[in-house]
Amino acid sequence: MPTAIAEAPTPEAIQSFNVTLIIRRFDPEVDAEPRWQDFDVEMYATDRVLDALHKIKWDQDGSLTFRRSCAHGICGSDAMRINGRNRLACKTLIKDLDISKPIYVEAIKGLPLEKDLIVDMEPFFDSLKDVQPFLIANSKVEKGKERTQSVAERARFDDTTKCILCAACTSSCPVFWTDGQYFGPAAIVNAHRFIFDSRDEGSEVRLDILNDKEGVWRCRTTFNCSEACPRGIQVTTAIKEVKQAIMRGKP
Amino acid sequence: MPDKSAEALAETQPVGKSPRNKLKAPAGTLYRGREGMWSWVLHRITGVAIFFFLLVHILDTSLLRLSPEAYNAVIGAYKTPIMGIGELGLVAAIGYHALNGVRVILVDFWSVGTKHQKLMFWLVIILWFVLLLGFAPRHLMNVFGG
Repeated sequence: MPTAIAEAPTPEAIQSFNVTLIIRRFDPEVDAEPRWQDFDVEMYATDRVLDALHKIKWDQDGSLTFRRSCAHGICGSDAMRINGRNRLACKTLIKDLDISKPIYVEAIKGLPLEKDLIVDMEPFFDSLKDVQPFLIANSKVEKGKERTQSVAERARFDDTTKCILCAACTSSCPVFWTDGQYFGPAAIVNAHRFIFDSRDEGSEVRLDILNDKEGVWRCRTTFNCSEACPRGIQVTTAIKEVKQAIMRGKP
Repeated sequence: MPDKSAEALAETQPVGKSPRNKLKAPAGTLYRGREGMWSWVLHRITGVAIFFFLLVHILDTSLLRLSPEAYNAVIGAYKTPIMGIGELGLVAAIGYHALNGVRVILVDFWSVGTKHQKLMFWLVIILWFVLLLGFAPRHLMNVFGG
């Protein structure tokens, strides 16, 4: 139809913006301290912060180091602090940021900085392993049958199944910044996913682990984790449910 | 000598491309938390302040066991405008800590507490100001008036 052709924007018509990114760089072989470096990149409103990082790495400075795998908000590799808040670079659109000011990008906080935007994730995964994030079911089911679950039973832990282990929540937690021993929101979310699963038989063990001094009682309900989660998990609510399960003595 | 000037440039700007780099402190930015984080920060500050007040308070009250005169002398020394403003700060700190403490209890124990935490924070702030509006004028009249 002629009208449709007339309305379709020509490639030249799409407006691009000059965006300044200020990135906290750190090269352990050269720098004693992290330093801020700024880059100007031409971006479209529909581009993401990850695209800006790609443009910098591919066209301006190949030494810029960051993690990304799927680039579509599923793998959880590119959590970083964008304008002071933990976000996934692949889910943060340029149009949602105030580009009249520079965009500050830095590594997530509370985990050892390795290089530029990369941190050592081992302490994070260690806490996850500690809560035994897998189905514990020793009882035998009837031959040929599955472990059935009602819709209501499934709904109890639906929210916490969405976690992609990006560490945005754990590294947004003020308690975790100062007390690296704290299990952190992500580990509790993944414990919650099995504690409230009716098929699971390891709830008592996990509740016991999280009843530790460095367990759920370290949570000060600052809600930074709930606000940072790129999957929209109500993390503080999940932690609160685990607290109540510990007090009840059962999920 | 073009070579030398290029070298000098490299020396003055060892990193980055523009002089803006030099103005930036190497520290990370402040985490931009929302109501929940700031309510906790205020809760901590007021909590520590109340702790130090209680410490001093227990010490001066225990003077009664030593001698009533010593106690009177110390309490009398508190009756200065500076201590009067300090008392206002103390009431403000206890007021916030108490109101936000109720909010934290509700967040943990009320079934929909986490959902309404932001609303409850602003309610705490409003109640806190109402409390101080009632207390501050009366108290400051006592401190600075006759």
